Amino acid sequence: MIKITLNNKPVELDVDPQMPLLYALRDELKLTGTKFGCGAGQCGACTVHLNGTAIRSCITPISAVAEQAITTIEGLADNNGKLGESAVQVAWREFKVPQCGYCQSGQMMSAAALLKATPQPTDKQIIEHMQGNICRCGTYQRIKAAIKSAAAHSSNSDLSASHSTANKSGVEIFDASKQGA
Amino acid sequence: MNAIENVSRRGFLKVAGISSGTFVLGMNLPIASAQAKSSAAGLSHELNFFVSIASDSMVTLVCHRSEMGQGIRTSVPQIIAEELEADWLKVNVVQAKADAKYGSQGTAGSASIRSHFTSIRQIGAVARDMLEQAAANIWQVQRNSVKAENHYVVHTATGEKISFGELASHATKLTPPDSTTVKLKSSANFSLIGKDVKLVDLDNIVAGKAQYAQDIQLDNMLIATIVRPPVVGGNLVSFDASDALKVKGVVDVIALKPRSIPVTTNPLSGVAVLANNTWAAIEGRKKLKIKWQDGEKASHNSSKFIKQLAKQVNQQGETVAKKGDIYSHKYHDKNTIEATYTVPYIHHAPMETPAATAIVKGKKCTIWAGTQNPQWAKSNVAKELGLGKEEQDNIELNVTLMGGAFGRKSKADFIIEAVELARASKRPVKVIWSREDDIQHGFYHSISANYCKAELNGKGSADYWVSRNAYPPIGWLWNPEAKMPSDDQLALGFGDIPFALNNLSIEKHAVDSFVRPGWVRSVACINNGFALGSFVDELAVKAKLPTRQMWLNLLGDDRHVDPNKNGFKYSNYNLALTDHPVDTKRMKDLINLISDKAEVEQELPENQGWGISFLRSFGSFVAAATKVEVVNNKVTVLEMHTAVDCGIVVTPDRVKAQMEGAMIFGLSIALMGEITVEEGKVQQSNFHDYPVTRMNQVPELHVHIVESDAPPGGIGEPGVPPVAPSITNAIYHASKTRIRDLPVNKVFAV
Repeated sequence: MIKITLNNKPVELDVDPQMPLLYALRDELKLTGTKFGCGAGQCGACTVHLNGTAIRSCITPISAVAEQAITTIEGLADNNGKLGESAVQVAWREFKVPQCGYCQSGQMMSAAALLKATPQPTDKQIIEHMQGNICRCGTYQRIKAAIKSAAAHSSNSDLSASHSTANKSGVEIFDASKQGA
Repeated sequence: MNAIENVSRRGFLKVAGISSGTFVLGMNLPIASAQAKSSAAGLSHELNFFVSIASDSMVTLVCHRSEMGQGIRTSVPQIIAEELEADWLKVNVVQAKADAKYGSQGTAGSASIRSHFTSIRQIGAVARDMLEQAAANIWQVQRNSVKAENHYVVHTATGEKISFGELASHATKLTPPDSTTVKLKSSANFSLIGKDVKLVDLDNIVAGKAQYAQDIQLDNMLIATIVRPPVVGGNLVSFDASDALKVKGVVDVIALKPRSIPVTTNPLSGVAVLANNTWAAIEGRKKLKIKWQDGEKASHNSSKFIKQLAKQVNQQGETVAKKGDIYSHKYHDKNTIEATYTVPYIHHAPMETPAATAIVKGKKCTIWAGTQNPQWAKSNVAKELGLGKEEQDNIELNVTLMGGAFGRKSKADFIIEAVELARASKRPVKVIWSREDDIQHGFYHSISANYCKAELNGKGSADYWVSRNAYPPIGWLWNPEAKMPSDDQLALGFGDIPFALNNLSIEKHAVDSFVRPGWVRSVACINNGFALGSFVDELAVKAKLPTRQMWLNLLGDDRHVDPNKNGFKYSNYNLALTDHPVDTKRMKDLINLISDKAEVEQELPENQGWGISFLRSFGSFVAAATKVEVVNNKVTVLEMHTAVDCGIVVTPDRVKAQMEGAMIFGLSIALMGEITVEEGKVQQSNFHDYPVTRMNQVPELHVHIVESDAPPGGIGEPGVPPVAPSITNAIYHASKTRIRDLPVNKVFAV
């Protein structure tokens, strides 16, 4: 039995210890938000967080993450624990980043880890951190813009800025309830 | 869409798949749960195959085209909702299964909107007309005194209104009007078309909940991975599965049936490992011992072959189009240039590798697949199962989202594999392709050579022009004797050269095929567009003119070009030339627009250069401009623009997204995309040796969309062709090195 903390919940798995985390998530735990792209750590589609840091789950044996905390796209949340409302997800919707969307779980997990480690990344830092994530549809420019927006948004909320302050700084706050179907 | 049937007595929800038990794509759509519940709980009334209105007024629209990232699951419903006068906030979208009743579902050729805009509008208009008629009947007023507006029908004289939900049950009792005579909205009154609405799949994608073919999970399901013959046309001699079967979780090893040439779009045969989970299947596969017989295609070596193609196009070929006489003319060397361009095999490499899941029970079959062509896949599966045409309804094909496709998923090979293995194993089977499988067993953009020759006439234009190409034709899939591209393929930026030339010869060559040729985003426009765009730049250099001016001079007067006049049977992407003319004014306007917006004639520092190019394809006009820097043998792309005139725009942000994506796709093609083949075997295997554009290679991107009332053109593909030549032209202007053989990384670091 291998125990991990998955999206803040304890999980036990009875699988080959060499099984990559990706297949444990997808086949055993039926969490299919994390995607297969290359199986070789080259494309980033399978990115999840290990103790808050981005890792490639397709080349990480499940035994290597035993007793540790894994976060997948399904567990990505804002500072109050609201699922799907992390700064990067809010920004991804605002900039309509995805095309086919398949690589975007991995892109967002990489971006969230970047912002955690480097809350105000420079363009160079964004590129260095994100160049391991391939998007064949070519959404890179929007990914960059969304990361910058998420960084700005997080910094405002970190400062407990009022909405008016946020608005003055030119950050557009996305309101999902005002959008169409 | 001549007859839209009133099928209200058939349960729409059943048709759309909402109420069926297991996995249902519709349930995974971004329907707010409260809305979904109310629609499912309330009565639903189907006005036609595409439009259903629940008694609580929720409108359910069917998207019959396949989503691969182009946004069609937003754009098709958006068009229907426009004519229906529906409130976009009260629209649910469900994905159509494979069914001939929807008309064409083949999502290829950038055709969904350019070829079906009117018929999709008619679907909404017929439903709206029925709702209006129902209201007129209820109020007992003149038909023309009522009008649908924002999800209600209003009696214009009194302002009284009835909701769509209340009218739906009345409307279903009516006979639908003739869809061809029903009045469509004037574009001036569009409230949804041309506006950016919320994308249908956005929330699910961002939450990690979007469901792709790889994500299908069924009880008792086996996962299959297949080792395929390394050479096309090869087959299995023998295999030893004993070690593979010892791997915990491996359930079975099955030899797929042998296949032969013509390969069609069938599987390639092979040996499948079926297991309880993906990892066991992968581990079992490593332990297979297989002996292959390679067959005759093992003679293929792509690096030799491309030289052979280049030689071939330097010889006279078979005439495709002809005007005047280019062969008895005596060319003046100092005004004449000729150039040979080559493009290697290119692969789609969608982020989601092919995957399909099937259950086969006797003559019944249920499939989940990301497919660009659901009905074609269904008829292929019927053939595989030995079902007659009338038995095709035994096959239920559920269309999932595709994690990219770019043409790859038009072929049903991976779906047939799943069906073959599900039938053999008597369990649900999901076939998944590894990245290595995807790269080594694809349907590739054909390796090609193009040749151009022209003589300048002293007026900054040309009077004599020769274009030739040679590449393995896609028709070979079905006919091993096919050596020449079809007229449809030759219409892709080759037989339709729009220049004002007095003497022209366009020629093709016969070529053998060795790997499976396929449609890759913009197809032969990739090589033909590269040759044309490069050669115009070379002519400009020779004539000492800005490249913009050379394009304008060659295009000549404002006119509609008819390529048929030169003896070429021009299919114009199956569009009428009257609606979608080869319009030189729109071309020149676009070339001027891109040149002005990108300021391509600005003075640049040493080692920097601008390049431009243009191609009309799939009914749309696209120009590209790229700025590069070449320092220490390394190319850095600094800035890229595309300008697009695609007529009426339905979803502007998705047009922009497709242009952004086309620039990135074009960057991959230009800088580093190359599949090589030795002894019939593809040499690349994953992203380390088949690199695609990454974020560190992406410049600033700009998209300029021309406002137009013209009938819509395609958008998924036309952005690609002008990109690569704009890059190599820029490299020339920065470095004086002319790249005629792609990719650029053979010469420069990228």
